Amino acid sequence: MSIEAMPPEGALRSDVPVLEVEDLSVTFTRRGEQPTRAVDGVSFSVSAGETIGLVGESGCGKSVTSLAVMGLLPKRGVQVGGSVRLAGTELLGASDRTLRRLRGSEMAMVFQDPLSSLNPTVPIGTQVTEVLVEHREMGKREAATEATDLLDRVGIPDPARRLKEYPHQLSGGMRQRALIAMALACSPRLLIADEPTTALDVTIQAQILELLRELVVDSGTALVMITHDLGVVAGLCDRVHVMYAGKVIETADRYELFARPRQPYTGGLLASVPRLDAGRGVPLTPIRGSARDAIPWAEGCAFAPRCDNAQDDCLTEVAGSTVPLEYDGPGRELRCRHPLSYPQQTPAGATASGAGR
Amino acid sequence: MTAASEPLLRVEGLQVHFPIRRGLFFDRTVGHVRAVDGVDLAIDRGTTYGLVGESGCGKSTLGRAVLRLVEPTAGRVVFDGTDVASLGGEPLRHMRRRMQMVFQDPLGSLDPRQDVESLLSEPLQAHGLGGGKAGIATRVRELLDAVGLPAAAMRRYPHEFSGGQRQRIGIARAISLEPDLLIADEPVSALDVSVQAQVVNLLEELQERLGLTYLVIAHDLAVVRHISDVVGVMYLGSLVEQAPADALYDEPLHPYTRALMSAVPVPDPVVEERRARILLAGDLPSPANPPSGCRFHTRCPWRQETRCDDEAPVLRELAPGHLVSCHWAEEIRDGVLRPKSAEEVAATQGVSVRATGADGGFEPDALLQGVDEPIERR
Ligand SMILES: Nc1ncnc2c1ncn2[C@@H]1O[C@H](COP(=O)(O)OP(=O)(O)OP(=O)(O)O)[C@@H](O)[C@H]1O
Ligand SMILES: Nc1ncnc2c1ncn2[C@@H]1O[C@H](COP(=O)(O)OP(=O)(O)OP(=O)(O)O)[C@@H](O)[C@H]1O
Ligand code: SF4
Ligand code: SF4
Ligand SMILES: [Mg+2]
Ligand SMILES: [Mg+2]
Repeated sequence: MSIEAMPPEGALRSDVPVLEVEDLSVTFTRRGEQPTRAVDGVSFSVSAGETIGLVGESGCGKSVTSLAVMGLLPKRGVQVGGSVRLAGTELLGASDRTLRRLRGSEMAMVFQDPLSSLNPTVPIGTQVTEVLVEHREMGKREAATEATDLLDRVGIPDPARRLKEYPHQLSGGMRQRALIAMALACSPRLLIADEPTTALDVTIQAQILELLRELVVDSGTALVMITHDLGVVAGLCDRVHVMYAGKVIETADRYELFARPRQPYTGGLLASVPRLDAGRGVPLTPIRGSARDAIPWAEGCAFAPRCDNAQDDCLTEVAGSTVPLEYDGPGRELRCRHPLSYPQQTPAGATASGAGR
Repeated sequence: MTAASEPLLRVEGLQVHFPIRRGLFFDRTVGHVRAVDGVDLAIDRGTTYGLVGESGCGKSTLGRAVLRLVEPTAGRVVFDGTDVASLGGEPLRHMRRRMQMVFQDPLGSLDPRQDVESLLSEPLQAHGLGGGKAGIATRVRELLDAVGLPAAAMRRYPHEFSGGQRQRIGIARAISLEPDLLIADEPVSALDVSVQAQVVNLLEELQERLGLTYLVIAHDLAVVRHISDVVGVMYLGSLVEQAPADALYDEPLHPYTRALMSAVPVPDPVVEERRARILLAGDLPSPANPPSGCRFHTRCPWRQETRCDDEAPVLRELAPGHLVSCHWAEEIRDGVLRPKSAEEVAATQGVSVRATGADGGFEPDALLQGVDEPIERR
């Protein structure tokens, strides 16, 4: 059962990315507290049929970035700057009505915890059909048939019966599928998945990732995958943006990134994860400290307190400027003054176990 | 009795069944959740036994039953040659001191109103150890040093620490009574990867220095492989396979172990692209109503018409120390039997699953199939 390869209307011009995020910043200002800049000048774009990954440790700003793109941040106490364009249309500053129309029809989001994004008092069938009735102007009966198809497509067994069930009657994996079914209801051009499998068992995670992979291949959806799991990134994302303390610190395609990480933070992450295919004796080389040790970007590289390569000029005071994100070879960008280097170029695809340490 | 060859911990036929109660006053027992349903295992001194399996398979319950935090329904727990069930009063208290637990959520297991000094000295005082006020203060400083926290941490409260530091406090508390066995239930799963590696290294270092024996419970197979000497794989309350870590990962014999391992993402795009995934059909069945025969038969890609549905397999030793509970393990290992795709399994078992990328034709004896030969991506 393959989804017809139908490019969504308007997206035929493949030179316009589905999503362009430029210099996005999000600042939380709470009265009586120091404003916190959770996202700080983030730029990336996604084209139809492409999957990009946003990775980084807890609190680095992944979820806030995605909420800002979807227009789902609270109105009060939040300042959003920069530009977010969906197929060329600016979303920042767009009216609530426009955003609500676009969410559901053009862009959709899947969260880590499906239970919190499904209405517990409404059967899942009704929740899926509501989307169809509202955004695709279907009749009730037509919508019900389509909903059954959708649940079937995401691998929910016995969909006609499941439509009548409430979210709590489904397992975690089934709920996540139901949520994906709702996201797919309007064949959105853009799907943002924020840790969609983190709460699931690995065998169920494998099923969901396969589903997302098919979706991108078959219907040309642009997928933004947010995860802290480097294994998931390695298997799914074409391009990867590594974030630290609200900024992108390294961008590369996945082969490059895993074979030759340049940012010491990226290298440190890769040296920290145990690999299933590595022998028992292979030691882990953790990064010292934790994300809490970050310094403000205005003072220097936020990673400096944990970085083995750090030198005096990583601090703003010494260098006279903050560390910029710069071109670092074809398809790569890097924010670092003393990156990991690789004396002789190995062919793309070499593994990076213990890279640069 | 405590000969060095005797394992430190032996678990025999352990069962923990929780009653399912219904009715107005929850007074009717309508069935049982077979959380742990007949587990045998032994852990040698100074080694690490890793227990893996998916959510709800009974890992935590097994760990709690070993400590007698839940009462086993049947079976024995023999610690250092003594049946734990035979103990009461002071001997039980003493035995408990020798077995400590590290939890997944360090914040939930540490009293937020106690500062670190009081958190660490409390168990010493309770057991009359440490040798008075001065002795305890010295010991607390030693403990902080052992887990890599500064002495200044003493006056601070749990919420002032990061997740990794809190886990260090939890570990310091667990080793404060100089236990022999440490049961760590998901000790790193709540932590960021960079911090996770620090805690894994700390556990390994402490084991070496203090000669500790570990039972590590985790759902992350890569962490377990890294840290364990022997690994046991649980499915619906029972062990389906147990082997030395390297043997298990080199040649997983049970169909469930194979599926589990093929599902774990490896942080390397080259490997990810080339390996085959064995996608399983459907969800985990309920432990209150486990399938007949082999409990895995509703999802097993290798299920056969005979034996699987109606005869419960027992753990058999196929290679030294390599135990597997599958009727067809030899045939599967030798490639005589071929797996069905998840869709086919789904069709025969009345559950559904999406098509898989790698359909059929798995190399039966390799974790990473066809490493030399890329599989075409669609
Ligand atoms: N509503 C809010 N008010 C104030 N600060 C917030 C708010 N939401 C998020 N933050 C802060 O913004 C930063 C980024 O948070 P975000 O949720 O994007 O992290 P994340 O990368 O998604 O992390 P995780 O992996 O834990 O989900 C954090 O420091 C967080 O404390
Ligand atoms: N006190 C209890 N009363 C009733 N049922 C229980 C109790 N504790 C656990 N169970 C059930 O026993 C089964 C095994 O639970 P257990 O917590 O041991 O699983 P686990 O393998 O540790 O899972 P996880 O990976 O999610 O921690 C589950 O079905 C659970 O719902
Ligand atoms: S800029 Fe300096 S401190 Fe920051 S990652 Fe690079 S070397 Fe380390
Ligand atoms: S006994 Fe049968 S159903 Fe069970 S794991 Fe072996 S082949 Fe599969
Ligand atoms: Mg998040
Ligand atoms: Mg558990």
